Amino acid sequence: MSEQNKNTPLVEVKDLKQYFDISTGFFQTKPLKAVDGVSFSINRGETLGLVGESGCGKTTVGRTLLNLYKPTSGEIWYDGKLIKTKADIKELRKKATMVFQDPYSSLNPRMTVADIIAEPLDVHGLYNTKEERREKILQLMDYVGLNSEHASRYAHEFSGGQRQRIGIARSLAVNPEFMVCDEPVSALDVSIQAQIINMFDELQDELGLTYLFIAHDLLVVRHISDRIAVMYLGKMVELADAGEIYEHPLHPYAKALMSAVPIPDPKIARANQRIALEGDIPSPLKAPSGCPFRTRCIYATEQCAMETPEFKEVSKGHFVACHRVAEIN
Amino acid sequence: MALLEVKDLRTSFFTDAGEVKAVNGVSFNLDHGKVLGIVGESGSGKSVTAYSIMQILATTGKIVGGSIKLDGQELVGAGEKVMKNVRGNKVSIIFQDPMTSLNPTYTIGHQLMEAILLHTNRNKKQAYERAVEMLRLVNINEPEKRMKQYPHEFSGGMRQRIVIAMALACEPDILIADEPTTALDVTIQAQILELMISLQKELGMAIIMITHDLGVVAQLCDEVVVMYAGSICEQGTADEIFYNPKHEYTKGLLRSIPTANTAGTKLQPITGTPIDLLNMPKGCPFAPRCEAAMKVCIYNTAERAEINCDHAAACWMNVKAKVESGEIILDGADKKEEVADNE
Repeated sequence: MSEQNKNTPLVEVKDLKQYFDISTGFFQTKPLKAVDGVSFSINRGETLGLVGESGCGKTTVGRTLLNLYKPTSGEIWYDGKLIKTKADIKELRKKATMVFQDPYSSLNPRMTVADIIAEPLDVHGLYNTKEERREKILQLMDYVGLNSEHASRYAHEFSGGQRQRIGIARSLAVNPEFMVCDEPVSALDVSIQAQIINMFDELQDELGLTYLFIAHDLLVVRHISDRIAVMYLGKMVELADAGEIYEHPLHPYAKALMSAVPIPDPKIARANQRIALEGDIPSPLKAPSGCPFRTRCIYATEQCAMETPEFKEVSKGHFVACHRVAEIN
Repeated sequence: MALLEVKDLRTSFFTDAGEVKAVNGVSFNLDHGKVLGIVGESGSGKSVTAYSIMQILATTGKIVGGSIKLDGQELVGAGEKVMKNVRGNKVSIIFQDPMTSLNPTYTIGHQLMEAILLHTNRNKKQAYERAVEMLRLVNINEPEKRMKQYPHEFSGGMRQRIVIAMALACEPDILIADEPTTALDVTIQAQILELMISLQKELGMAIIMITHDLGVVAQLCDEVVVMYAGSICEQGTADEIFYNPKHEYTKGLLRSIPTANTAGTKLQPITGTPIDLLNMPKGCPFAPRCEAAMKVCIYNTAERAEINCDHAAACWMNVKAKVESGEIILDGADKKEEVADNE
């Protein structure tokens, strides 16, 4: 891949909003703002990590990006093209695929491994003869380190790590450029996690893949990502290079999040000063006015309740949405 | 005398497919006011060890050998009457999922008071006061109002606080925490861990912390037991385990976690897949995945050996190191061959 290619955005999201209607009574609904105005771009060959707590909308961003949900508003650009019509969406899904979190529920128990992996090939009609289909399956299994003898087995015969390999093989079937990985290692044991993370790395090197890597394990995200975005209650609060955001987080929420990571080293862990956050993440149905984080933020002022802070660039490539970012750092 | 002495504990599950030795000869001691971490991956027997102490195993599970002594009293085979007095009173347990360990049809107050009324001589009014006091202790605002609410009205982190309050209401000597923060978010996990540390200092109970997260262990534990396939491969103080690991599995585990310094490099995973407990190998259970495995590892299980007064491990590599340094001289020639022949 040429250097020039690497710096052009493959995916661009502009002011994406995804609201779900929640029934609040007889014929009454209320919008749940799962994603509320998120903008970012992912360059070709890059890994963007997306972190945040459960309910912050990170999975919804991933799914809306692939049009698994129809966005309420906002624009999704893929490879310089706006995704709008049904034909666009079908075309997009040949280039962009998804890896799901739970390797136990994302594989059909009634299908053999070969059929699971070949399903995208069947859907998009990507082969001419049966022989070609079989060849492709075996090649995909080889990519993810599965033994070809396993092709006729069923998913329940495999361990969690191997199931995740099957899921990844399925995602690779259409020869994608872009993969949304939604917590792909969080259901796995520590010793298996490292195997799968390395596989993502190797696949990226070999096939030039671009990843949106959604996870809540910050050590894993830091390891794999080039840049990291932090979300809180449907909004993006900070986006920067992986090292930068770990060493110098600017948003008060990102600071607390980074300090809360349990570090597997007793001396550092004991000395580590954690920033304890008060209370819980508010319900997205009753999101606070202004800045979403202000109810738990020690720096919050009146202005934070009145106006929603703008997501702006404070230094090169470092975006933060906080009114008081200059004062508190 | 240690508060809890577990010796050669063996627990098996009798399934249609055969006997599964979930815990296979586990021994450890726990002193007053200490935090012991049990780490291992799923299926390593860490939870079953805890359930055996509480004797809350599934019906197919049975303690088939060994001894569990609490304050000198033998619990294995002690009968339900004794155990009823132990559970909740002397040893409490909190589970991984705070969503399922509370009854959705009763108020929080009812469930808290139930535990207190059952285990202490308090009357209803005193039990109510104690319950409110416990909620306050775990930092729940407006406890009087909260007493009347149902579990679904609380968030995950708050539910776990309530479960902790319930577990501590009868002032147990030991709190067993089975993956207490795995279902929670990072910032909430930090809150709960802080709470557990401060409560432990305040109330002085001992904690058995069962987790797969080495970060949590590093933060909380004085001593660590590392389990693999039902047996202990290594145990010692947290510093010894993290800075001087002496079992290949522990070493592999520590190598495989991503840290701040691994960005941009390859991780070093443990190869292979976790062991099938129905088809246990003859020798060391970790041998099929171990990169340093020798002939002897495949045929013989390694004995637990002291590294120093704070540290013990069951790995042939340590024996090999001792043979090479001349510290031990093997009497049987064949055995020497086995150990030295590492190819």
